[in-house]
Amino acid sequence: MKYYDKLIFELSKEGRCGFSLPANSFPSGAELPAVLRRESALELPEVSEPDVVRHYTNLSQMNFGVDTGFYPLGSCTMKYNPKINEEVAALQGFAGLHPLMHAGLTKGALKVYQEMNKALAAITGMYTFTFDPCAGAHGELTGLMIMRTYHIQRGDLGRTKVIVPDSAHGTNPASAAVCGLEVVEVKSLENGRIDVEALKPLLGPDIAGIMMTNPNTLGLFETQIEEIASLVHGCGGLLYYDGANMNPLMGVVRPGDMGFDIMHLNLHKTFSTPHGGGGPGSGPVGVAKHLEDCIPDLRVSGFHGNFGVILRAYAYILALGKEHIRKVGQYAVLSANYIKESLKDVYKLPIEGVCKHEFVFDGLVNDGAREGVPGATTLDVAKRLLDYGFHAPTIYFPLLFHQALMIEPTETESKETIDAFIEVMRKIAAEAAENPEILHDAPHCTPISRPDETAAARNPILKFQDA
Amino acid sequence: MASLPYLPHTDADVRAMLEKAGVKTLADLYADVPAKFLKKGPYALPDAMSEQEIREWFASLEAQNARLKVFVGQGAYDHYTPSVIPYLTQRSEFLTAYTPYQCEISQGTLRYIFEYQSMMCALTGMDVSNASMYDGPTAAAEAMKMCVSCTRKKNTVLLSKALLPHVIKVVETYAKFHGVTIGLVDAPEGETSLKALQEALTEDVAGVILPSINRYGIVEDHTGFADAIHAAKALMVEYCDPSALAVVKTPGEWVADIAVGDGQSLGLPLCYGGPYVGFMAVKKDYMRKMPGRIVGQTTDKEGRRVFVLTLQAREQHIKREKATSNICSNESLMALWVTIYLSLMGPEGLREVNRLSSDGAHYLYAELLKTGKFDEVFPGKPFLKEFVLKPKSFPGLMQKRLEEAGFFAALDTEEGYVTFCVTEKHGKAEIDRLVSVIKEG
Repeated sequence: MKYYDKLIFELSKEGRCGFSLPANSFPSGAELPAVLRRESALELPEVSEPDVVRHYTNLSQMNFGVDTGFYPLGSCTMKYNPKINEEVAALQGFAGLHPLMHAGLTKGALKVYQEMNKALAAITGMYTFTFDPCAGAHGELTGLMIMRTYHIQRGDLGRTKVIVPDSAHGTNPASAAVCGLEVVEVKSLENGRIDVEALKPLLGPDIAGIMMTNPNTLGLFETQIEEIASLVHGCGGLLYYDGANMNPLMGVVRPGDMGFDIMHLNLHKTFSTPHGGGGPGSGPVGVAKHLEDCIPDLRVSGFHGNFGVILRAYAYILALGKEHIRKVGQYAVLSANYIKESLKDVYKLPIEGVCKHEFVFDGLVNDGAREGVPGATTLDVAKRLLDYGFHAPTIYFPLLFHQALMIEPTETESKETIDAFIEVMRKIAAEAAENPEILHDAPHCTPISRPDETAAARNPILKFQDA
Repeated sequence: MASLPYLPHTDADVRAMLEKAGVKTLADLYADVPAKFLKKGPYALPDAMSEQEIREWFASLEAQNARLKVFVGQGAYDHYTPSVIPYLTQRSEFLTAYTPYQCEISQGTLRYIFEYQSMMCALTGMDVSNASMYDGPTAAAEAMKMCVSCTRKKNTVLLSKALLPHVIKVVETYAKFHGVTIGLVDAPEGETSLKALQEALTEDVAGVILPSINRYGIVEDHTGFADAIHAAKALMVEYCDPSALAVVKTPGEWVADIAVGDGQSLGLPLCYGGPYVGFMAVKKDYMRKMPGRIVGQTTDKEGRRVFVLTLQAREQHIKREKATSNICSNESLMALWVTIYLSLMGPEGLREVNRLSSDGAHYLYAELLKTGKFDEVFPGKPFLKEFVLKPKSFPGLMQKRLEEAGFFAALDTEEGYVTFCVTEKHGKAEIDRLVSVIKEG
């Protein structure tokens, strides 16, 4: 990766153009009345096609993707993105469909939705899915709307609170707030699981439900799920499953069988569609049979959700089939446990035992707290990993630990890649004690060094014209 | 059974890794899961397909879809996509990256988002843009929430009845659960009425969402709207077609506070409704109330210009339930698509796209009237690429004949009109063919 400093605006030269359009074959048409016309100059770049191609190729070379190398970003399930999926999504017979075409014109597209619905129901144990949500958080919001609709339809209007564990993804409480629900937090036990005794007094006629991630954000299975489901259902609430962590359960465990009433899936995590540097994703929401009637009135996106993403995920499911799906879950879990056991002598493992697809270290053993031994922080470890050609794990989340380092390898990484990562992680742990400055100053081999984020927030420069 | 080429573990790898993990079998990795929750028996899924079979399967599905020339807009516009765009957006370094959390190895993503923000500000005439939203309707819903959070103790948002139907529906859905009251403002003569708006501007109104170009394709005249709205201490939101902003008055020029809309018209494929890309740009005063990711410029330790995610104190991973929104993943790759499109088109290309579309639409409008099969609905009202007409007889037969001739056109509206749209993809010869199908019907 090399540093490249241009912005497209800086390549602009008056009179250059990067488009070719057909000649105008019409008699000259109407002019807009002056009051409706744009008067201000339009400050877009004027560049040639080769300028554009070279500029964005240069930009891309400052980026790291799954196709570049190992990307153990916890809770993000950065698995390999199959290329046949891209080919399928680009087919003109799909890409050229207008969203308002009636069913008689879109039979192939509708079949994709039907088959996806069946497949996701089979994988999750839910009854039916809506495909309108465009991302995971959008799915959460939609799922909570369904939860509220269920209570409202029954005339049960007092259920205004939703329970969220302290280990939850930040989107859970944020989605609840957008949906007009009050968040009640339930604490975790020392062993990282929900404290069932702390949950009990929270339950009552004002509880709409609970949002759970299982395995949770520590990568630990909520072993008391049956009791939790029974307690929440007993008070009249519903169980929401945050599907961000569905990958380890692929082919092994189904949320519907554990008592969950509503869930979302992240097709851009579990179902191999590329994340695109921050979307497009897709967050289909599944419900149990008794909630089927709560979906139809909800319109949460413009048309039919992110169809192009749904196509890719369907191609992936066809490649998995009934024969391979179990290996996805099992190998994801195997790789995570292998890394955890290989590093727990040099990184602090707060909770022992088998994890699922990911796990959390609470920083280095050499964290600088031991007298006479220098050390480094989780941020230092993350930045140093970049020097060695790996993406960093998720850091400082979940909030239960001060130096959280959350590692998720996925099932598509080979033992050789994982072993190389382990070796580098051990090397960094040694560097922390022997030469901590090299970590504090890291990264050294990336296109840029650590940025001044405080200045960015204090004096915001948010567009080219501000600079 | 087809093999699965995405999983690298050999049997020997699995054995070695199980040993290190301290368990005997793969099943032991799930020993903490209550036995009753372990799925027994096979999943009700199809048999695994080889890549060749997958390709053939999708070809058979694709063949079941109609392939029509699209003459309908209504929020999804069939503009031309230059070949450079899919070529560049498919680059693995863009496509397979996550959100740019590690800025040292994400400068590619961060730079194009910064360029995107700059271009959206240039188009809308606003001060600050975010990194993108899901689509136009959800961007409008976020603007609705913002109006309420930016104004004190106010809880009503007004929507013009002339907004596209799907925008109204999505905003109403969000508002219902967010506890916001929605009021609708009449558009009796094909555009939002200032008089009706003034009557609806009660003390409780936090904001007003207006279409720059409305569901009838009419370019609305918002003279006097900003004064009325600001006098009532409410925010003005313009819902725009960003492609058209090259030629029509911008939200900035109308003195709006927030601009939203769908970037789909900037060269994104129709793709049955998604992925598209919502945009939001605001006046500087509202920057810290804005939802979504924002990229800012700063320097690294060597003093070089670099880009980072900034103003993150608004976001859910810091603020949890007190965040401005729950959005995190947005439509980044589609924002790249838009950025490359706007780079290629430049100011001149975008104006030419509007010129071709508008001239084609006005030609079609005149030719359709000549067939004698339609009445004008809003005579004399200014439009660009989209318009409605009132068919003199039930349009079902005409629509069927158009489909058979290869056209998707004359879509029914809620009001009993039919809607048409022309883009630069349609030349005069093609429009003549469409008109002849109608004439002969």
